[in-house]
Amino acid sequence: MLKIENLHARIEDIDEGEILKGLDLEVQPGEVHAVMGPNGSGKSTLAYILAGRDGYEVTEGSVRFEGEDVLEMEPEERAAAGLFLAFQYPIEIPGVANMYFLRTALNAVLRARGEPEIDAAGFMRRLREQAEIVGIRSDLLKRDVNAGFSGGEKKRNEILQMAVLQPKLAVLDETDSGLDIDALRTVADGVNRLRSPERGIVVITHYQRLLEYIVPDHVHVLVGGRIVRSGDKTLAQELESKGYSELMAELGIAVPADALEATA
Amino acid sequence: MATALETVQEYTGHEYKYGFYTDIEAEYAPKGLNDEIIRFISAKKSEPEWLTEWRLEAYRRFQDMEQPDWQKPNVGWIDLQDISYYAAPKQDEAPQSLDDIDPEIRRTYEKLGIPIEEQKMLAGVAVDYVFDSVSVATTFKEKLKELGIIFCSISEAVQEHPELVRKYLGSVVPQGDNYFAALNSAVFTDGSFVYVPKGVRCPMELSTYFRINAAGTGQFERTLIVADEGSYVSYLEGCTAPQRDEHQLHAAVVELIALDDAEIKYSTVQNWYPGGHDGQGGVYNFVTKRGLCRGKRSKISWTQVETGSAITWKYPSCVLQGDDSMGEFYSVAVTNHAQQADTGTKMIHIGKNTRSRIVSKGISAGHADQTYRGLVRVLKGAENARNHTQCDSMLIGDRCGAHTVPYIETKNPTAKVEHEATTSKISDDQLFYCRARGISEEDAVALVVNGFAREVMDELPMEFAVEAKKLLAISLEGSVG
Repeated sequence: MLKIENLHARIEDIDEGEILKGLDLEVQPGEVHAVMGPNGSGKSTLAYILAGRDGYEVTEGSVRFEGEDVLEMEPEERAAAGLFLAFQYPIEIPGVANMYFLRTALNAVLRARGEPEIDAAGFMRRLREQAEIVGIRSDLLKRDVNAGFSGGEKKRNEILQMAVLQPKLAVLDETDSGLDIDALRTVADGVNRLRSPERGIVVITHYQRLLEYIVPDHVHVLVGGRIVRSGDKTLAQELESKGYSELMAELGIAVPADALEATA
Repeated sequence: MATALETVQEYTGHEYKYGFYTDIEAEYAPKGLNDEIIRFISAKKSEPEWLTEWRLEAYRRFQDMEQPDWQKPNVGWIDLQDISYYAAPKQDEAPQSLDDIDPEIRRTYEKLGIPIEEQKMLAGVAVDYVFDSVSVATTFKEKLKELGIIFCSISEAVQEHPELVRKYLGSVVPQGDNYFAALNSAVFTDGSFVYVPKGVRCPMELSTYFRINAAGTGQFERTLIVADEGSYVSYLEGCTAPQRDEHQLHAAVVELIALDDAEIKYSTVQNWYPGGHDGQGGVYNFVTKRGLCRGKRSKISWTQVETGSAITWKYPSCVLQGDDSMGEFYSVAVTNHAQQADTGTKMIHIGKNTRSRIVSKGISAGHADQTYRGLVRVLKGAENARNHTQCDSMLIGDRCGAHTVPYIETKNPTAKVEHEATTSKISDDQLFYCRARGISEEDAVALVVNGFAREVMDELPMEFAVEAKKLLAISLEGSVG
């Protein structure tokens, strides 16, 4: 369903060269892929480019989602097509109730697909059901979007949005960052319940920790803007025991030392 | 619950929905401003001699005044001799009931979404319909009368309740208060009059819908609301005008009087024609609004949503005379394209333990410019006066401006006056976050802005809150991208 070929990208207005340097990735329905990499390897750039954030320039390559050219689509068109990004740093929108935001989003997506909008009662049923699955307290639904949420609440709220919008492909950008072990488990449970034969999931993470709870079908190691190695879930464990430096050395890849500083 | 999204969808392609003109036979006063015109207006309304003299006195004071120029927007000299001060749909005799109203006028209000009727959507709201210089209908008059509440046009009040009008007219905004108030006092044509008797809680929203239709005219509305001891009333005004290339002047005076333990809630949804993107045409909205908390423990609350007009220049104010009285001002002002606004409030603390609260939310887009100007004055005898002011501005794009000009004067050492101000830009992160969830960029702006303004929007009567939310969204169409 998702096919990324030879993707090269740089940040606009910053003369630092390319961040992604020929990235390839293919995701089929029902698969969970983990993309692991050290800081600065291009993980978040990949996430943002998939969602269509301004400020990135794709210099080469292509991204296709169900055959459509994703790079030609506006962010809202991508959402309507069934792409979803769980943000690493969810944004606060003061004065806008979380449930109102979600209903606005859901109806926008339904409308874009030519489907009938959901009424208030139908929406509330769906929301309460999903909130329970994701472990969101009902008072969070009434509060302003992400405003004053704890780190864990913000991340859970991202998963709730995913649950309500029911995307075909979800990209989770460092959803584990800043979570304690209990929060991590709740979030992982939520994601696991959303696994289905029709849905693809890409988990972007620095650490192997999250992958103990969301067990991936495929693991890719992203270093220096390229996927340098792919394998099954055992690759994540190997990475955990060796660290990025050793793995790179084995592969004979020279990586600047500062790119690996924060390696677990 | 209508969403901002539904709104933008509904209105896509329509920049100003209310810009149409009703072709109707009208009667005009010749252009120009002089004693004769003032007598003509007064005669048209069969006014008693004292009121004609009151108008002429106002005109004499006006002649000694000059057009002020201390405001931020560039107004330029307005030729007041080039305006017709009276325009009214021609009718052989006054309609006896709502059924007798000219079908063209009826259709106009239907198109504006506020049909002249007492059923259906407006079942809980009594409306006075002002068309150019005259009130053409008032609903629920009889029902309100049963409770002793007077709700009618000010012209009718002059005939039916002259003692009340004479007692209170000009008691809060004197004839010579300022240039535009003096002009209004001389030439005012219609507006609403409300009197709520002692101890009565008005059971429905009272509302006036102001429509400018005729070209080459101005609208000089005069509204007077008196809440007797222990009474309560909530009043709302709405305004629209046709789309024209010339500026039109709306110079209103609104006076509120609250006696002991009375409360008046006054809300405005102002959507006069804002003019073209480069500033051609649009209404000049220069208004003097002031409430007097005359009684002990009285309360006056102003809520305004200002989205229209080429230039908005007004400061709805509270004079807190009674001990323990309270004044509130909640404002959302949106300026887009070439619109300008200089608006805020004045809170004058006279009585002991008087409190005031100001919440102002300004949103600027395009190359619009906006100023919050607010005065908090605590007089010597105002022991323990309290004020809290919160003044937030939001900028959309990088060509608009927002300014905050607070004036604080206290002559009593026990006063506590607090002022908070913030300026923020609508953030790209917020817009991207919304869009990544499927919400279009324009709807995202509407969503974020409605959130920013929510504290004020929540103060609006429920019946109008939905409309006002839509209006915010529409006013900001084309502000990004």
